[in-house]
Amino acid sequence: MATTASIHAHAAPQGFIRKYVFSLDHKVIGLQYIFLALTAVFVGMFLSLLMRIHMIWPTAVLPLVGEIKPETYLQLLTMHGTIMVFFVLTTAPQGGFGNYFLPIQIGAPDMAFPVLNMLSFWTTFVAFVVMLAAFFVTGGAPLHGWTGYAPLSALTNSGPGEQLGADLWITSIAIFCIASLMGALNFITTTLDMRAKGMTMMRMPLTVWAWFITAILGLLAFGVLLSAGILLLLDRNLGTSFYVPLVVVNGQVMGHKGGSPLLWQHLFWFFGHPEVYIAILPGMGVASQLLSTFARKPIFGYKAMVYAIMAIGFLGFMVWGHHMFMSGMSPYSAFAFSIMTMAIGVPSAIKTFNWLGTLLHARIRFQTPMLYAIGFVSLFVSGGLSGPFLAQPVLDIPLHDTAFVVGHFHLIMGVAAIFGMFAGMYYWFPKMFGRMMNERWGRVHFVLTLIGTYCIFMPMHYLGMAAQPRRYSQFTEVAYLQHLMPLNRFITYAAILTISAQFIFVINLLWSMFKGPKASDNPWEATTLEWTTATPPPHDNFGGVTPVVYHGPYEYSVPGAPRDYIMQTDPAGVTAH
Amino acid sequence: MATFSSTITVRPPKADQGGGGSVRPPVRGGGGDGGRNDGFPDYGRRLRRARLGLLVATAPIMMLFVSLTSAYIVRQGLPTLDERTNTYVRDWIPVNLPLALLLMNTGLLLVSSITAELARRQITRQAALAPVSSIPGVSLGENKSFPWLGITVVLGTGFLVGQWMAWRELQDRGFYLATSASSSFVYLLTAAHGLHLAGGILVLLYAAIVSLLQKPVEARRIVVDVTAWYWHFMFLLWLYIFGLLWFAR
Repeated sequence: MATTASIHAHAAPQGFIRKYVFSLDHKVIGLQYIFLALTAVFVGMFLSLLMRIHMIWPTAVLPLVGEIKPETYLQLLTMHGTIMVFFVLTTAPQGGFGNYFLPIQIGAPDMAFPVLNMLSFWTTFVAFVVMLAAFFVTGGAPLHGWTGYAPLSALTNSGPGEQLGADLWITSIAIFCIASLMGALNFITTTLDMRAKGMTMMRMPLTVWAWFITAILGLLAFGVLLSAGILLLLDRNLGTSFYVPLVVVNGQVMGHKGGSPLLWQHLFWFFGHPEVYIAILPGMGVASQLLSTFARKPIFGYKAMVYAIMAIGFLGFMVWGHHMFMSGMSPYSAFAFSIMTMAIGVPSAIKTFNWLGTLLHARIRFQTPMLYAIGFVSLFVSGGLSGPFLAQPVLDIPLHDTAFVVGHFHLIMGVAAIFGMFAGMYYWFPKMFGRMMNERWGRVHFVLTLIGTYCIFMPMHYLGMAAQPRRYSQFTEVAYLQHLMPLNRFITYAAILTISAQFIFVINLLWSMFKGPKASDNPWEATTLEWTTATPPPHDNFGGVTPVVYHGPYEYSVPGAPRDYIMQTDPAGVTAH
Repeated sequence: MATFSSTITVRPPKADQGGGGSVRPPVRGGGGDGGRNDGFPDYGRRLRRARLGLLVATAPIMMLFVSLTSAYIVRQGLPTLDERTNTYVRDWIPVNLPLALLLMNTGLLLVSSITAELARRQITRQAALAPVSSIPGVSLGENKSFPWLGITVVLGTGFLVGQWMAWRELQDRGFYLATSASSSFVYLLTAAHGLHLAGGILVLLYAAIVSLLQKPVEARRIVVDVTAWYWHFMFLLWLYIFGLLWFAR
């Protein structure tokens, strides 16, 4: 028992700065990540709103940006994508919820390296500030998209925003890489070394498995993005030719020669595809956790779920080429990438069927977190099914530069991952803040968000098949797209509605934080370790004791047990199991 | 006592496949901590954790250099349009490396790796003997405190200076950063390695400063131990980079 206190290297902090700003406590750091992501998501959402309004009223003068020129639109697009992918989808599920709950769920007093953890957050924060600074420098934000394709991104005179703005963008990404690497290092070491007595790998909750595998993906992927970014900075500022061939810009021959823009694409997508799973795997973990808890049933096929997460993570590194079918790659390579990509459908289907199997014949408690978990499964299927279409070069080539792809990846990587975050927020809110969120407004928020997001992104598939290109800012003057304008208007209205609905969430969050009804230690009657400790958890998570684990994470409705759930720390003799 | 060639010993946590009813035995710290349950930091366990952290941290460092290597190989094979003859040619100019200087630097780093290992063993011994030597009246004889740590820092700094001299030599031979993709990679790879090694030097300096303060020798041992392993990794990484630059000119 005493070992907990002794291993826990730092004492409970005193004073506001040490406690809430430069805190070493993984719980505070987790909340810092969550609030950073919450800020970022509103910035990103505002940018998308400007884009949607511009698409249907191209001459409208908008707040903060004025009239949107084609290059302004590309700047909004770039910053929307970058902020959402890096500072929301990577930051909140892993850095936020993972930081807060991974140590508690494995029975550890803190992360393995608390100082590194603090550095990781503040480095992320600096990256965010540098990213936002790109809006305010001469020329404004870059316009090379979140994928930063060379040579557009590698030349300083290729467009407005490609001077200092693009340098800030790359610098921010590089800083973010370092922050993510520090975070991943901490997650992996913590999971391997700090599990409580009895918490074997195969007794870890699926959330922990998801965060663990996500950390491995981040560990292997972000180093590659970092080196790609360094090469890009050298090309831009020191005259090297890694990515830039002999090129003429505005009649002026540039000094570069011999580089290959495809080199950037390979390096970027070697990071970029695992990044998709970095965004979605934590959501899968949360969905598994919640479906089992609120269905009051063990998760269907725990081991299969674990191996499916591993398989998805592994295959995620094999398929980067499917983003590059348009680049003129050899059909043989394209075939290999295509087969590997479709193979991801197998573990994904295993997960989906196991989720459905968990729900089968269950007495489901339809509370807000569960609604979001079911919504996650729905969006994962809707967004995922278009994946095998796009995995085939013959279909990808006509669809690649259309709104079809926008609909596909927003559903699966954007909205599904966001639903995972909402589920996690409603589920863990009582543990984090000691109060319950408002259930009724939670349901209203769910219904509006689910319908709203489907109304936004489903029609985009049709727009794509009708050949509406992506990344273009203005469609109102294009003859062959005229009949699609009503659908575009519909999407914009749906976007306005959905974005407005998010204020319900924020008000609910802030109101419940201070005024919500007090939560008990285990309001959802769940089994995992975070529900065994006080609400909110004390500084060392378990108040000086080390939990001992005797059970798997999903022992619900076990025959012969006194209650319909067995906590992981319940004595081994509770049932025959 | 670990031999020089042994790898980092990290005891993987036992994964009880199946998750049945069995309970793992209590988790004990690493060597030398038995019976210390009275509020002392569990140094054995912290050392093990720090080594595991280092092992994990080598993965992204390797990925960084693996991706630079793949960029190197791809870039080497690329054709470029020659505007005078309007034909495709290779613009990769093999770099005339200052071989003697680089070999000397390699030797310097090898020696520093050995001294780092000696520093690691020295402090391991000190940490093991610390509880005994604190007993009044017990003498352990001559306290051998040869400054291996300081020598490692000096040799490491010497390596960095040598690399800088190699850069000057390259510039004298007409190879600047943007001269050719080949020279870009020479500068980039050596700079990336040098930065990582400089990080190691900073940590060793930190360990030296900590030794002046009244910190327990066990805490200092963790810093020195992990940095020594990191140092060996940096030496192997340099061998790899040197080999790549020389054999894949």
